[in-house]
Parts: sequence; structure tokens; C-alpha cells
Amino acid sequence: MAILVYIENIAGAFKKSGYEAVSYAKAIGDATGQPVTALSIGKVDTGCLEGIGRYGVSKVIEVNTEQLHQFVNQAYAAVIAEVANSIQATTIVLSNSFSGKGLAPRIAAKLDAALADGAITLPIIKGDVWEIKKSAFSGKAIATQELTTPIKAIALTPNTIEAVEAQTTIEIKAFQPQVSATDLSTVVKDIVQTTDKIPLPEANIVVSAGRGLKGPENWKMIEELADILGAATACSKPVSDAGWRPHEEHVGQTGLAVSPNLYIAIGISGAIQHLAGISSSKTIVVINSDPEAPFFKVADYGIVGDAFDVVPKLIDAFKVYKNH
Amino acid sequence: MKILVCLSNVPDTTSKITFTDNNTAFNTAGVQYIINPYDEIALARAVELAGNGQGTITVIHVGEATADPTIRKALAIGADQAVRIDASPRDAWFVAHQIASYAKTQNFDLILTGRESIDYNGSLVQGYIAELLGIPSISIAKKLDINDSQATVEREIEGGKEVIQVPLPVVIGTAEGVAEPKIPNMRGIMSARTKPLEVIQAMDVPALSHITHFDTPPPRGNVKLVDKDHVTQLVELLHSEAKVI
Repeated sequence: MAILVYIENIAGAFKKSGYEAVSYAKAIGDATGQPVTALSIGKVDTGCLEGIGRYGVSKVIEVNTEQLHQFVNQAYAAVIAEVANSIQATTIVLSNSFSGKGLAPRIAAKLDAALADGAITLPIIKGDVWEIKKSAFSGKAIATQELTTPIKAIALTPNTIEAVEAQTTIEIKAFQPQVSATDLSTVVKDIVQTTDKIPLPEANIVVSAGRGLKGPENWKMIEELADILGAATACSKPVSDAGWRPHEEHVGQTGLAVSPNLYIAIGISGAIQHLAGISSSKTIVVINSDPEAPFFKVADYGIVGDAFDVVPKLIDAFKVYKNH
Repeated sequence: MKILVCLSNVPDTTSKITFTDNNTAFNTAGVQYIINPYDEIALARAVELAGNGQGTITVIHVGEATADPTIRKALAIGADQAVRIDASPRDAWFVAHQIASYAKTQNFDLILTGRESIDYNGSLVQGYIAELLGIPSISIAKKLDINDSQATVEREIEGGKEVIQVPLPVVIGTAEGVAEPKIPNMRGIMSARTKPLEVIQAMDVPALSHITHFDTPPPRGNVKLVDKDHVTQLVELLHSEAKVI
């Protein structure tokens, strides 16, 4: 009985969602008395590996095989399953990130494990049966899933639990996996970074704008507001469909679902499809010139006013706040 | 090239989501069903790739006969033939087994799914199928090209994208950017009526998990309005009341 948590890295540094997964695994470990082992695959700075100790996990397995320096879905899934077997893990935790979504079903299939994908709560443990909640119908509902298999896999939705610090010393162990050539047929040719800011799925604060902005040339103030807040920028579907903003910024039912602490919607009316993607945000602020915009019905705070008037004022106000 | 496109039949994006039987089942009353929007992207790209006699497209759906209109729509958009595995699509594990078991008999070069379904928001079927077939999979493709026996795919990663090359056969989950959904034309609609739709018996698959019940998220609202000339007040509220900055 043991818990294995896979921590994803990007360019050698662990991702925020990876630390969240570690904290989540630690919480299950504390509740069930099982030891937690973290797994890192790829080339990760030693400082980063040691840093896992800050989140209360004392064992890290490092797989630093050269063939695995780039992400290869099939091979990574095989390695995670192999390590899970080697430590007799009965619980596998990973982030339901873009890569995690590719890995989780493959790992679960290899281990005959039930999979809770997109978990938003810790499990309620009733002996061998675990109950976990996940978002369904694009945020319009919450489903409770029961996992009944001896081995369980959980893919945790980013930004739903906070990484909690609990300093402990760390032991790093190297592991040499058996990687087969057929698992390595995928080749990464290039990695293109499209933003140097915090990625949208991991952002605590999101500044999002819609058609009310009237044109792509008006996004400067949205970006400025986001910069001041350390936020990611997002947009509504009509905006990405019109090519004003890239598809990866589209938040909503057919785009990305996000759950930041603060979601600021500017010039977005609040169509049901958009609300589906943001409804699990903790606090919602809406700025819209139309007091009847449906978005106000789900907002915590609102300003009725023209974006071109309100946003510059808001930028000034946040600047003053940040300087204090 | 033989392409398989996997279809989910999902409630229209404007549907009101409610539940019945003590919140244990989705209430289908009055709900309009559509092709899962991400699967529509997959199908649209398949139609482009198979154009000019470059290939054939089979669409597959695991579900009951009530989904036939959705399947016919896919045929109208441009699929050549359809297969329906006759069973209630219990969960992703069950669905993936049915599709993989059919795919094993057909030697598809390319298997496409949407990146996720908009009902249960799973993105599991693509990974499960690939694992069951022992072939590569790519979870969130934003661009997809085929050259000879290789696929070149742009995969979404946090804050960027990865350009990947992968040999066929492969399972790919498609997202926005891969293709624009296609609207069937009259000729397509007419020909869809006579295109083959084969119904196949489902295989037995043990359940690993199940959904016990649904809740609707707690209602939000009671918006606190701040005057547009006093935005500092909003900053204060976000700091001291909401505690998010």
C-alpha cells in the first residue's frame, strides 16, 4: 500500500499544478496512513527535486533517462505504471493538465485502475470504495464518482486545491525504467512558447474580455490590467472565432474550463456556454455597459459601465493598491 | 487512408441540465442532442484529409438507436459509413473497449476523437483506445497534418504548444484549430439516408467505477454593484472581503 504522485515539469521546473497534486497525495497519505512517493520524469534541476520536501513528501523517484527528456505520452504512461508497480502503489495521483489528460487513461488501463479524472475534492474513503467529486456538463453539474477497484488513479483538476507547505527532508532515488522502442515512436520536433506569462489553466487571476472590446486593437488595456494583477488573459468564443485572440484563450463550454480565485469578465454578456467554463471560479467580477447582461446574475461584484471608461480607472486603482 | 471518427451524442450547449431519480440520472426530457462539438472538429478534419479519394471515413458511436439522427448528420457531413455499437454508453472504459474491439478488425490508419465530451467532460476514451490497441495517442491536438505514414500534430501545452511527429496508426483527440466544423449540404443530407449504418452487439466489460449521483452547483449571485466612478471600492472589496488580491 503506497501512494505515487507524478509531478510534471516544464523546461526542468515543476509546475504549480504538480505541487498541488503532491499536496493532494499527501492529504490522502495522512488520511490512510500510506507513504507517499513523488515521481519526476525528465531533466529536472536538483533544487526543484529537493523542493518537493517543502510539501511534506520525503521520497522522490527520479527518472532522468535521456530518451525521456522530451514528453512522450506513451512512454511516460508506461514509466509511471512501472514505477507504481515497483513500489506497489495502490493510489496514483497526477494533475489533469493538458499532458495529464493524455497520461491518466493510459496509466489507469495499464494498472486496471478506476480513474477519477478531473477530481475537484479529496476522496471520501469508505474502506475499498472511494467517493470523489468531479465537474460534469461543463461546470453545470457536479458528479460524485465511486471508485471500487483495488488500484485507483486520480487526475486532479488544476487550481482546485492549494499546495500546502509542510517541510520535511527529502531522499532522491534514481530509477532506470524499461522503456520499449514502440513506446518511443512519438518525436517532439519543437516547443513553441506562446506566452511568457502565467499559463491560463494555472492562473490564480484571469482577466477575460469579449466582444464589448470592439476589436483586437483594444486588448492593450486588458493585457495591462492582467500584468498588474499577475493574471492570465482569456476571451469569449466570439472573440477567438473572429481571430481577435488565439484559440487557447477561449474559455467556456467548448474551450477551456478554468477555476481561478478571481475571474474578471469585461464586455462579455455571459452566455450559458461561457458561464459553463468559469462557474467554478471563486470570485467573479463583471464589467459590462448593459445592466441586463446575464453575467451579472452569477457575479459576486459588478460595475455597470463602459469598458473603455472603467478599465483604465481600474488599472490606476490596482496600481495604487500594488504600490502600497 | 482509413479514418475512424468516434462520436459522442451530447446535449446541445444551451441545454438546461437537470437530473431525475433522486439526482442519479441525467434528465433527458426536452433535451436536444448534437454531435459533441469537439468530435465535429475531428469529423471536419477527417473530411478534409479524406477528400479527393484520399481515404474513407467510418464514424462509430456507442449508444442506443435514439442517437441515429446524430449519426446520420455525421454521414451528411461527409462520413462514408457508420457503425453503432448497440448499448447504453455506461462510461469511458466501456465505450473505449467497444471501439477498440471494432478497430482491431479494421486496420484504421487514424482514429480521431474530440479532446473531450461536453457532457461528462471526460477525455479518457482516446487514451483508453490507444492503450487497448497498443498505439500512440495525442490528447489535445490543435493542428493535424498527415504526410505518408506520419502525422504532424501541434499539441496544446500550458503556455504554448508542442510540435510532434508520430507514425500512423495513432489516436488523436482534436480541439479547436484543427478544422472548422462543417455544415451538411443538401446533397450530403440526401446521400446520408442511404449510406450504411451497421449496428453491432456490444461486448461485456466490467465496470471499474460509476457515478452515484449529481449535484447542481450552489447558486451564485447577489452581485454587489460598485459605482463606475468609484472603482477603488472594488479593489478594497477584492482585498478585504473576497480576499483574492
